[in-house]
Amino acid sequence: MIETPTNLIEIKDLKKTFSISTGLFGRSLTLTALENINFSVKKGETLGIVGESGCGKSTLGRCILQLLSPDEGQVLWLGQDLTRLPAEEMRKRRADLQIIFQDPLASLNPRMTVGEIIEDPLRTLRPEMNKTDRRAKVVKTMEAVGLLPEMINRYPHEFSGGQAQRIGIARALITDPKLIVCDEPVSALDVSIQAQILNLLAELKDEFGLTLIFISHNLSVVRHVSDRILVLYLGRIVELATGDEIYEDPKHPYTRALLTAVPIPDPKLARQRNIDALRGEIPSPINPPSGCTFRTRCRFAKPQCAEMRPPLESIEGGRLVACIRWREIEAEAPVAVPA
Amino acid sequence: MTKVLSVEDLSVTFALHESEVRAVNDLNFSLEAGETLAVVGESGSGKSQAFLSIMGLLAKNGRTSGRAMMGETNLVGMEKSRLDRIRGKDIAMIFQDPMTSLNPSLRVKTQLAEVLVKHRGFDKGKAEKAAIEMLELVGIPEPAKRANAYPHEMSGGMRQRVMIAMALLCQPKILIADEPTTALDVTVQAQMLDLFKSLTDDFGTALVIITHDLGVVAGVADRMMVMYGGRAIEKGRVDDLFYDPRHPYTLGLLHSTPHIAHRAARLDPIQGMPPSLEHLPKGCSFNPRCAFCFDRCLEERPPLMPTENGREKACFYEGPLKYGKVA
Repeated sequence: MIETPTNLIEIKDLKKTFSISTGLFGRSLTLTALENINFSVKKGETLGIVGESGCGKSTLGRCILQLLSPDEGQVLWLGQDLTRLPAEEMRKRRADLQIIFQDPLASLNPRMTVGEIIEDPLRTLRPEMNKTDRRAKVVKTMEAVGLLPEMINRYPHEFSGGQAQRIGIARALITDPKLIVCDEPVSALDVSIQAQILNLLAELKDEFGLTLIFISHNLSVVRHVSDRILVLYLGRIVELATGDEIYEDPKHPYTRALLTAVPIPDPKLARQRNIDALRGEIPSPINPPSGCTFRTRCRFAKPQCAEMRPPLESIEGGRLVACIRWREIEAEAPVAVPA
Repeated sequence: MTKVLSVEDLSVTFALHESEVRAVNDLNFSLEAGETLAVVGESGSGKSQAFLSIMGLLAKNGRTSGRAMMGETNLVGMEKSRLDRIRGKDIAMIFQDPMTSLNPSLRVKTQLAEVLVKHRGFDKGKAEKAAIEMLELVGIPEPAKRANAYPHEMSGGMRQRVMIAMALLCQPKILIADEPTTALDVTVQAQMLDLFKSLTDDFGTALVIITHDLGVVAGVADRMMVMYGGRAIEKGRVDDLFYDPRHPYTLGLLHSTPHIAHRAARLDPIQGMPPSLEHLPKGCSFNPRCAFCFDRCLEERPPLMPTENGREKACFYEGPLKYGKVA
């Protein structure tokens, strides 16, 4: 990828494995959660990360934030490698990198008041602030996320899912972060509330000049919020492009299949659509297929796809795609975009 | 068209410590062979409780009134022994989380065969053979081998297929699916919805899909019923409700749903949140969130009234529902 000074964060050759012990004899297996991850996020953009369960999208979010240590590779924050930062330095850096979780209620301490929850990051990350300043900042942040300041002494269980997610957002926002990783932030919410939270995130992004990494399994939601979209399959990037490119001109067969499977809230379009139903399910990451890991479900697969892992190729427009056959596939089966 | 289920004035109440909460009020609808009805609503709308009550599966403090007629038989208030002969045979229900609905200590084929032994008097060998055939029908590869697995050895999509296979073993007239694809990945979801389509088309099963996902509704349903605060607030054909919604809540749901084909700068969400059933507002339950609310809505509850084309709505507002008004 072309290096530009506007990159807030850059991920280079990142790899993350987990070892899993099985059976009586403590045999240990290696699960490769992420491999050959290379991409960058520009300042002020929203990068969506999509993929199905087990594709490594949440692990990637956590590796970026150093909540998990990658086995190999670099996470460059404005050129500085976070993976090599001493713990104390990283702690200071955390004010810049925050996270919002999927289950809002589970991610809030039930024994702390809303005010204490939102204030908490300031205590550790902004030790120079005094109590009055901290409280003032809590109130200001609550207002920014649409919570009434008089709720400050209430406890999380008194809140609905949507309000609890606003508390989670306020907690992330209070340290004036530059980047927020949103890990399935609306998946647990009712439809009408989901839309409120998506709009709130968009407003906050503009107001505070945030950069967002938005992780979700819901392609419609990701398309709605993202400038660029990264598609993961079994721990590898299969495609990276702008939202419009991904939708109108997907290159990777997995992206194409994923798009036709996304439910469309429009009955006429839904009936016209030809679903390119994928065969089978995601293989186990403990024992992934040789060569291209998608080939076992790919209707365009050829014998050569089993021979080597497809490299992540840079193509025109700064896009990335990992398929050795994408040009041939494009010629033999052009993408039909539903109107 | 054969009517397979007719629900009349169905209400569900739950006894709390000192009070009672009405989860479902005066629900009326019918279901025809081979059609798919989507029941749409957010949490607390009563959509799941209505169907649990029809199946006789309410929590202990729940009470059902009204009728759910399958032909001449009323399922509401039926004694358990009779209901047990109908449930799983003529009417079956599947749930969002297949793991909690399957017995973790029994092999898949044992659980499936049990249904046929009980309802159709098959012997064990014949029942297991039929179970394996059904697994194949719902798209499980190597069904004979997979039938020996325990539920935890299968993926979520596979388990959901097993649930569907189990529900279909006796070829029920009615299948009720409560958020059947919510826990599944989109590619697996697409496979499931495909399977549902062939069920209704090929076997004439009447399908009820309970969901909050309008994308799923658009893909499979013929008719839909939108619920809010324990009541049906709009009913009609799917195309009519999607392209010409008459209730502000239906309109709001449509505008809250991100659409992969049109990227709008902002969604138009419904303000506020779904009401608690214990504290429903006076008049129309939707009035605090409604952009078209006027005086009458605060005092009186709008009844569900027929309009045209077999549609019904529960709203006093008669003007055009244009979303410009809600900016």
